[in-house]
Parts: sequence; C-alpha cells; structure tokens
Amino acid sequence: MREVAIIGVGMNQWGELWDKSLRDVYVESALEAIKDAGVDTVDGMYVGAMAPGLFVGQEHLGSLLADYLGIKNLPCARVESACASGGVAIKSAFLEIASGHSDIVIAGGVEKMTDCSGDDATYALATAADQEYEVFHGATFPGLYAMMARRHMHEFGTTQEQLAHVAVKNHKNGAKNPKAQYPFEVTLDGVMNSVMIADPLHILDCSPITDGAACVVMADLETAKRICKKPIVKVLGFGHATDAIALHSRKSLTQLDATIVAAERAYKMTGKKPEDIDFAEVHDCFTIAEIIVIEDLGFFEKGKGGTGAESGETYIGGRIPINPSGGLKSKGHPVGATGVAQAIEVTTQLRGDSGDRQIEGAKVGLAQNMGGSGGSAVVHIMEVL
Amino acid sequence: MEGIVGYGAKVPRHRIKVEEIAKVWGADAPSYKRGLELTEKSVPAPDVDCITLSVEAAKYAITRAGIDAVDIGSVYVGSESHPYAVKPSGTVLAEAIGAVNDCHCADYEFACKAGSEAMFVCLGLVKSGYIKYGLAVGADTSQGAPGDALEYSAAAGAAAFVMGTENVLAECHHTHSFMSDTPDFWRREHEHYPQHGGRFTGEPAYFRTITGASKAILEKSGMKPSDFQYAVFHQPNGKFPLRVGKRLGFTKEQIDTGRLVPYLGNTYSGSSPMGLTAILDVAKPGDMIFMCSYGSGAGADAFIWKVTDRINEVRDMAPKTRVQLDEHKVYIDYGTYAKFRKKILKNK
Repeated sequence: MREVAIIGVGMNQWGELWDKSLRDVYVESALEAIKDAGVDTVDGMYVGAMAPGLFVGQEHLGSLLADYLGIKNLPCARVESACASGGVAIKSAFLEIASGHSDIVIAGGVEKMTDCSGDDATYALATAADQEYEVFHGATFPGLYAMMARRHMHEFGTTQEQLAHVAVKNHKNGAKNPKAQYPFEVTLDGVMNSVMIADPLHILDCSPITDGAACVVMADLETAKRICKKPIVKVLGFGHATDAIALHSRKSLTQLDATIVAAERAYKMTGKKPEDIDFAEVHDCFTIAEIIVIEDLGFFEKGKGGTGAESGETYIGGRIPINPSGGLKSKGHPVGATGVAQAIEVTTQLRGDSGDRQIEGAKVGLAQNMGGSGGSAVVHIMEVL
Repeated sequence: MEGIVGYGAKVPRHRIKVEEIAKVWGADAPSYKRGLELTEKSVPAPDVDCITLSVEAAKYAITRAGIDAVDIGSVYVGSESHPYAVKPSGTVLAEAIGAVNDCHCADYEFACKAGSEAMFVCLGLVKSGYIKYGLAVGADTSQGAPGDALEYSAAAGAAAFVMGTENVLAECHHTHSFMSDTPDFWRREHEHYPQHGGRFTGEPAYFRTITGASKAILEKSGMKPSDFQYAVFHQPNGKFPLRVGKRLGFTKEQIDTGRLVPYLGNTYSGSSPMGLTAILDVAKPGDMIFMCSYGSGAGADAFIWKVTDRINEVRDMAPKTRVQLDEHKVYIDYGTYAKFRKKILKNK
C-alpha cells in the first residue's frame, strides 16, 4: 500500500447557520481545503453525512456536492456510519489512495441540523440507535449515555464533578478556536447547575446541534511531497470496528468495544502504542463519552478516566491533552462532519498552526470518531514528517 | 404634535407559578426560572378574554385622556387571541366604551406586535388630521401548548392608548418599522396552539428584527441610548429584552422599569405596550422613552416618546400597571389553570 498524507484542510465557521444551506457550508469548506492544499483538481471525493434525508430532505449528496463544487463527473459518494460518518470518509479516501487507484481525494463531512425542529432533529439522531429495542421504547441518546454514566459512577466512583470537569476543559480549549460554535468558557458550577437533560447529564454535559462541514484533501506521499508547502502530516493508519448497536446487547455499559478494537487495530497497523500518542481528539458527544473513550484508547486505566480533566492531565500542557479543538462539546457536533473536523485539528496541531491552543512539540496525534452510543468507531493515527 | 393623550393597562388577578407548571410536567423549575428569568405569569379567568381586557384598559385610557369617547375616530385592537376568527373584537370594544357609530374599527394581527401596529396606525391618522382621536389596544390571552416551553410564559393582559395631537402626555418624536419574511412562530387556521422554531426565534428573528428597527430609529433621530431615561422592548421572557438592550447600548436600569415579564409573563400583543404604561406611571416631564415591539413573522415597530408636563395631572386617575401586577394576586394550581384555559373539556 502507498503511504497517505493530509495536504489540505478546510472548515467553515460552525454554528446555527440559519442563512446557509447544506451545499453552502460544504462547498465553503471544500474550497478552503482545496486552496490550502494548493491543488486544482481532485480524483475523487467521499462525503460523510449521517442523515441529510431526515434533517433537510436531501439524499444523493455525491451528485449534489460534486456539482456545486464545480468538478464535473467527479467520482463521489456519501458514506454513512452515524456520527462516525466523517471518520469513515477519511478511511475510504485513505484506502482509495493507498491502493493506487487515486492520487488526490477529498474526504469531507457535513450535516445541516437546524433546518428542522428540535423534535425532528432528536428523531433523526435517534435513528442511530436500535429502533426496535431502544427508540421504540422512548430512549434517546442523552438517555442512553446517561445510563452509561450512571453505571460508570456506580462501578468506579466517577462523580458528577468529574463529568463537569470535561466540559470545563473542552470549553476552555474551544474558547481559543475561532471556528467553534460555542467559543466561551464555562465554570464547574455553571455546568453542574445547568438544565438537567437525563440524570446525571446536564445540558452542558451534552454536545450541541450544529450546522457545519469539514474537508481534508488527502494524497499519496509522493504527490504530497511534490505539492505540499506546509509540514506534511502522514496518516499512519486506522482502525475501524463495530459493536452491538443496542446497549443491552453489550457485555458492559462502561466500555466501548468498537473503540477498543478500532484502537487495537490502529495501534497494530501503525506500530504505535498509547504512550506514543502526544494528544487526541475524541468523540465527546457527552462528557461521559470522553471519560470512557480515553480509558478504552489506553490513555487511562479502566475506571480512572474521570480523573483526566479533574487532575489536569488532559488539558493542553498536561500528560495527554484531549480535545484541544474544544471537542464536540464546544466546537459543535454536525454529526457527519465531526470525524473530519477531528482530523483537521490533529493536522493543524501537527503542523504547528493551532495558535493559542497549540500543543508544543506535538508529533503524533490520534482521532477517535464514534457512531451512536458506540456501535461503530474509527481511529486514525497521524504523524508529522 | 401627535402623541399619547391617555393610557391604561389591565392585568388579570390570577397567577400561576413556574413551579406549579413544572411539577405537572416533571420539569426542573429552577432551570426554567433561570432560563426564562420568569417567576410566575398572569392567567385569565374563564370570563376574561381579549375583549374584556381591552375594555378595561381602554376605559382607563379614556379616563386619563379626559375625552368624550364619541370623539374617537378609530378603534383598533391588536391581538393574536381574538375570540372570533370572523367578527371583530373592535366593534364590541367600541360599543362598550361608547365610541360609536361614526368610527373606523378594525382588528389587527401581527403576532406579538399587533398592539404596536394599532398604535402606529392611530398616530398616523391623528397626525394627518383624518381623525381627532384614535384608540389603539394591544391585548392577548396568549396560548401555550401544555408542556411546551411557551406554557411557562404565555400570559394575559392589555394596554390601551388614546392618540391625539392636543393635550398629549407623551409626544411621539419618531417611529420606524422593520420587517422581513422570517417564519419563527406561527399558528395556522384551526390550530389551538402556536408552533415555534425553537432557537430560530432568537438570533435570526427577535434579535435581528429589534436591532434593525432600533438602530434605524436611533440613526433617524440622531439620538443615542444614553439620551433616554427608559427603554422598553418586547419581552417574551426576562432575558431577551435585557440582552437586546445591552447590545444596543441600553442599561438594565433603563429597561427594568418597563420589564414586567418576570411576574407578568408574555402578554404577546400587550407586551411592550404594557411595559410602556408602567414607565408612564413613573416618568417625569421631559423624560425620553425608547420603545421597540416585536412580532413573529417578523417585524418590529420602534417609537421615541417624550413625556410632557401633563403626565403629572393624569397618571393617578386610573390604576397603575405595577399596582395591578403586585397587589390582589390570586394564585391558582395547575388544575384550576387547566380549567380556566379550557384545557379540560366537560362532557356536554
């Protein structure tokens, strides 16, 4: 297989974008990535999107977005794995380039979530859970993650404060990210006294509904060396796995097997170990998710993830910075775009272009993107040349 | 100069607290109170509707105006809870106060700015000399679906203004209206409760529209926020008027006098007009008042008022708004509220 690099990144300003459509935000991001890469054409494109048919009534994104991007006859298709759609788009582009079929491919992600009512958005998101065994009985994602949080608290003594510390840390990082939806800091008291959504998760334990897109331009290493004027960020490898879609079918509520297996595969493919990773972008759709994921990636002993933000270890400058972008919590969570945005943050950090939130000396970064309540996961490991 | 000759407000006596509503729906009352910055709301009794509220407020306005009702050349009622879909509220009001029969009468509807719309038109008619006095009323018995966030705030109340060109108690120095096709909140024919676009009702609707009208009238008048003693904005909750006011450069102190919503709720068409009555209850001659309404769909009417010496002569001639709001309250439970608001239907 050929080696693959990310040579361009683009992301629009995320938020509640009332005056923009899905195609607007995607094209804006793709053009920024193309410009950043310095290329004038691409060989293919993968678009991660979870539920555009439900959010905006639009399917067939491959045709729509290639058309509005202005690249005639571009081979382009949508890939879907719920909130891990963006990560799967990157994996797909990686494999197409690594196989030698294409030299330059865009991996993008998009979701336009505020064009429908809150109830409709909740319904659309819930389609990533088991319709027959979970959603039919009234479960929503806050409810499912709340059960995971309760069990984690029961088994390991994780506290409400530790959950809140994750939100405080991610908002501190996001406050320095000009493209974040909510670029402001929150306090521990503010999180713990915010509106209760699903006990023990308050609204500030939850990621928001967001409009946004993110794109990376990927190329084989030889092409990257020829074109790229910025530090080249290699995608060393990936791991991808699924698990039972429904919580009740899993052996434990406090671990995410898809993430564990995806991470094992990524570590094996890249020859890296958790201790080789300088920082990570992880899927903090809820604060409890970050706590469990950093355990399952091997950064913390099982049951100790709650100490990460509380002790300062996961802050920028700490032992293993987590979500320097602000994470889904502060940066926003346009579900199909999230996995790509994570790769953008890892690339930007490895290039040394992250400004006020730069992690000094970062050489190897990891991105973990997850679908639903953990029924799918993609892990990418990247290194700067 | 055209302006307000008389004003009056009517607040129903019944109240329900946020805790009482939240208890029924298993909701977190402190979160709602903090989020809406609202403690309780007024509730209309079964024999109160938009017309009865209008009549009470109009009587107070005519008393303060000191005029004969037959001299009123137009009667306009702005509301989104007119009792009839076809048959005007205005004719009942005009008959009740004696403003008959040579009178132009109409009902207005523009979501929550129907009241200021009536004020705007009356000012134009008296300014043109087409009529001597015009009566403008904003009144609502607002609807909020059970369990919806609106249920915590949808309230009842009315404000009435007699507009004229002589003996005004507040001169209208400037007006400006701003509108766009912004579908943030609506109720279709035959639907009992309005629907809304959630957070879409905020930035692209309320804030954009009020900011648009307010900036334009400030520019038109050459005035700045610090030139005003008071400011009143449409108040769907306690936070929005403070936030939009702050963005424009107004202080909390300027806004608080007319910010009735924490204990009144959102009286829709009556909202900013009732806030204006509370300000007139305490304003001094020479005070400048900034007002901007908001109606979903969407539009805003902005006014700049200057209080005259006559305010001291008339303000005590009718019940003041804050007095009605703070005294003689009767708290009810959710069951009574549900009966009052016809949420419980008896078998006929």
